[in-house]
Amino acid sequence: MDVELRGVTKRFGPVVANDKVNLVIRGGEVLGLLGENGAGKSTMMNILSGLYSPDEGEILIDGKPVQFEGPGDGIAAGIGMVHQHFMLVPVFTVAENVVLGVEPTGKFDYLDLKRARAQVRAINDQYGLEVPPDELIEDLPVGIQQRVEILKVLFRKADVLILDEPTAVLTPQEVQDFFGIVRALRDAGKAIVFITHKLHEILEVADRINVLRQGRIVGEGDPKQLNEEQLAEMMVGRPVTFAVSKSPAQPGEDRLTLTGVSMISDRGETALDNVTMTVRSGEVVGIAGVQGNGQTELVEVITGLTRPGRGKVKFDGQDITRASVRARHMAGMAHIPEDRHKSGMVDNFTIAENMVLNSYYDSEFSGPLSIDWPKVHETAARYCVEFDVRTPSVFLRGGSLSGGNQQKMVVARELERQTRLVIASQPTRGVDVGAIEYIHERLIRARDEGDGVLIVSSELDEIMGLSDRILVMFEGRIVAEFDNTGGKADRNAIGLAMAGATTGAMA
Amino acid sequence: MSLSNQDLQKALLRPLGRGRQEFEDLVVVPLIAVVIALLFGMVVMLATGVDIGTIGRAFVALAKGAFGSLNAVSETLTAAIPVVLAGLGLGLGFRAGLFNIGAEGQILMGGLAAVIFGFSFDHLPFAILMPLTLIVAMLVGAAYAAIAGALRALTGAHEVISTIMLNLISYRILDYALRQPFVQKEGRSDPISKSVPDAAQLPKLLDWIDPNLRLHAGLFLMLAMVLFVWWLLFRSKIGFAFRASGENPDAAKYAGMPSGLIIVLAMATAGGLAGLAGGAQVLGVLERASPGFSAGLGFDAIAVALLGRSHPVGILFAGILFGGLEAGGRQMQVDAGVSIDLIGIIQALIVVFIAAPLLVRAIFPWGFRKDGKGAAE
Repeated sequence: MDVELRGVTKRFGPVVANDKVNLVIRGGEVLGLLGENGAGKSTMMNILSGLYSPDEGEILIDGKPVQFEGPGDGIAAGIGMVHQHFMLVPVFTVAENVVLGVEPTGKFDYLDLKRARAQVRAINDQYGLEVPPDELIEDLPVGIQQRVEILKVLFRKADVLILDEPTAVLTPQEVQDFFGIVRALRDAGKAIVFITHKLHEILEVADRINVLRQGRIVGEGDPKQLNEEQLAEMMVGRPVTFAVSKSPAQPGEDRLTLTGVSMISDRGETALDNVTMTVRSGEVVGIAGVQGNGQTELVEVITGLTRPGRGKVKFDGQDITRASVRARHMAGMAHIPEDRHKSGMVDNFTIAENMVLNSYYDSEFSGPLSIDWPKVHETAARYCVEFDVRTPSVFLRGGSLSGGNQQKMVVARELERQTRLVIASQPTRGVDVGAIEYIHERLIRARDEGDGVLIVSSELDEIMGLSDRILVMFEGRIVAEFDNTGGKADRNAIGLAMAGATTGAMA
Repeated sequence: MSLSNQDLQKALLRPLGRGRQEFEDLVVVPLIAVVIALLFGMVVMLATGVDIGTIGRAFVALAKGAFGSLNAVSETLTAAIPVVLAGLGLGLGFRAGLFNIGAEGQILMGGLAAVIFGFSFDHLPFAILMPLTLIVAMLVGAAYAAIAGALRALTGAHEVISTIMLNLISYRILDYALRQPFVQKEGRSDPISKSVPDAAQLPKLLDWIDPNLRLHAGLFLMLAMVLFVWWLLFRSKIGFAFRASGENPDAAKYAGMPSGLIIVLAMATAGGLAGLAGGAQVLGVLERASPGFSAGLGFDAIAVALLGRSHPVGILFAGILFGGLEAGGRQMQVDAGVSIDLIGIIQALIVVFIAAPLLVRAIFPWGFRKDGKGAAE
C-alpha cells in the first residue's frame, strides 16, 4: 500500500507546523523521517493517523484521495502508529492487550481469548516477533513491550506502520533486534515510517530519507550516499560538529567520594552493592551500563533523594550521607535529573519559575519572606539567552517549550551558578542534535572550570565522547573501570562489562 | 537578526502567554457555569409545577434579595464572609495538591475555641480581646487541620479520608463541650454555649443606619485575607513551594523542597483560615456556639474554592455570589413561595459544571480558543 501527502499544511494559530509537505510512503520500503524536536514530525504523523485534519493539501492512498475525520480513520485505512510512550495495560497479558478494543467474541459477547491467543501467535510467527502471548505486560522488558505495540497495529491489519522515536527506550542490543524486526516487516511488504533524530540509526535502517526542518521537507536522499554530517546539517540548518572537543583532564582533589555504599530498593532487591568511587575536580566520570542496573539509585543517593542503607557519601571532604537535597544544592551540587518531565520541571510553571525552582529561596532572589519576581524574570531572561532556550517570553509555560528547549532550561538552571560538582543523568535524552552539542559543551566547560562532573547515560556514545574515566555498573556494582583519556577506552570491553562479564580492568 | 544579548533579554520579558487561557479558566468557565446552573434551576422549577410567571418573580426576588437594597447587600456580604475565608484556605490547599474536605470541622473547632476564649477572658478590653479571640480561632483551626497534614506526611494517610473523619469527630467534640458546665449557658438544659461578650464581638458596621443590618467587621478581615493569600501564593517563598508541590510533587522533591513540612504547613494554613471563618461567624453573627453551628459552611466553601478556581480574587467573587444566592434565596421564598432548597440545587449545579469545564466548553464552544495546546508538538 502506498500513501502520499500532497501539499499538506497544518497551522496552530500563528505557528505553521507543516508547510506544504509532500511525502511518499511506499510498501516494502523503510522511510526514515529525520527532524529535530519541534520540526513538525509528530504533527505530520498525527495527520496521517487522522488525529488532525490538514488545513490545506490532501492525503492519497494508492492514488485515491481520502478524508480522515477522526483518530480511528487512520487505522481503518491501514495506517498504524506505534507511539513513543506505550499504551498498554500492565496487568493484562500480551494477548489481552493486543485484542483490546477489537476482541474476538463468541455467542452472547463471550470473550474468545483462545482465538485471540491463536491470532496473536500467528502474527508472532509470521514476522518473527517472539513475544510470549500469555505473559503479563508488567513482567516483560521494555523492548518486548514495544513489540506488543507493533503486534497491536499488525493485528488491526495495518499496512503502513509509523514508528515514533522507537529506539529511545531501548538498549543497544535491543536496538539491533528491533532493526531486524523492522526489516522483516519491510520484506513482508509493509511500509515503514521510522521517525527519529538519531542519525546513525536512520542511516542503518532506512531505504530512503526525508529531512524535516521547521515544518518543511528540506532534504531527501539515499542513505547509501549520505553521511551523518550531511544529514545533521540538513536537519539543523548549519554545520554540526560531533566530536566533543576537549583538552585532557586536569584532575585535582576529590570532590565526591562514595565508600561502600549499599542500598535495598523499595522492591526489596539489592539496588546498590558496595559501591566505592571517586569523582575529582576537573574530570568527567561516566557511568556506563544498561538501564536498571543501579544508576538511578546511585544518583538518588548522591543527590540526597534517598539514604543508603550502608556506606558513606562525602562531598569536598564533608560527610553528606544524611544531608538534605537543599543542603547539597547550596554546597554547590548541580543535578540534571534523568526525567525532566517527571522530576526536573513543573509544566504549568512559567519558564522563569522553572529557572528558580531550586534556588528561589536564595538571597539572590528572595527577601526573608517573599520572592523578588522582577529579579527572577531578569535572571531567567539572561539564562535563556545564555543557554539558547528558544522562547518568545519567559512568562510562557515551561511545558510549552519543545523537549530540547526544556532540557536546556533545566541545564541552564543547574549550571548557571557557582557549582562544584555536576551530576548529569541522561543529560541529552530526547534532545535534538543542536542542543546535544551545546549541552555537552557546557558540561565540558564546567569541568574546565574545576567542577567534578558525573555523567550517567544509557547512550554509550555519549559516555565515550565526554568522559575522562568510565565506570561500568552491572547489578548495582561497579564492575569495571576504564581510562578514557583521548578516547582510548575499548568500546568492546565496555560493552562486555555492561553485559556482566567480569573481565574488566578493575582499578 | 543582529540583536545584542541585552535586547534579546529585554524581548524575553514581554508578558506573553497566559492571558487568554487564564481569563477563560478564571472568568469565562465559571460565569457560564453559573448561567447554565440558573437555567437548569428554571427547568427544575418548571418540572415541579411552578408556572412561568412565578419563575420570573422568583428570579426577580432572587436578584432583589441579593443585591437590591442596602439590607440585601448587607446580608449577602455577611453570608459571604465565612465561605470566602474558609474557601481561601481550601483553594490554597488545592494549589498545594491537598484536597481538604475538613473545613467544616476546622470551622467548628475554631468557632468553639473563639467562644470559650471569649467568655473566659471577658474582663479584657475590646482592643485586646477581639483580635486575640480571632487568633485563637485561627490557631485551633490550624492545629486541627495539621493533624490530617501530619498523618499524610508521616504515614501517607490520604487527607480526603482523614479530614472527613475529623469532621465527624468535631461534631461530637462540639456536642460534648456544649454540655460541660463551664461552657453551657447557665440555666439551659439544651446544648448551647454562653454568649460571646461584647468586647470579643466583631463590631457591626452599619448599625448606625439600621440596627437590623448584620454586616460586621469580618468584612475587612475577609478582604485582608484575600490579599494575604494572594501574596502568600504568588509572592512568598513558601507559596512557591506550595504551588510547586501541588503541580509536580516529584519535581518539588528533586528541587529540595521539604515535602512533608510543606504538606503540614499548607494544611495548617488552610485550617487557620477555616478557623478564622468559624471565629468570624461566632464573633460577628451567631454570638454563641450551638450543635452544628457551621451549618454546612465548610462544604459551601469547597464549592466556592472550586468556582473561584483556587484564585483568591476568584474565591472572593464566588463567595459573594454564594452569599447572594443565600440572601436572595430567602427573599425568593418569601416573595414567590419557591422553596429555598432550589438555591441548594443551583449551588450544586454550579459545582457540577465547574467540576466539568470540558462540559461547559462542549455546551458553549464559542468564546474558547480552539486548541488548548496551541503550538506544534
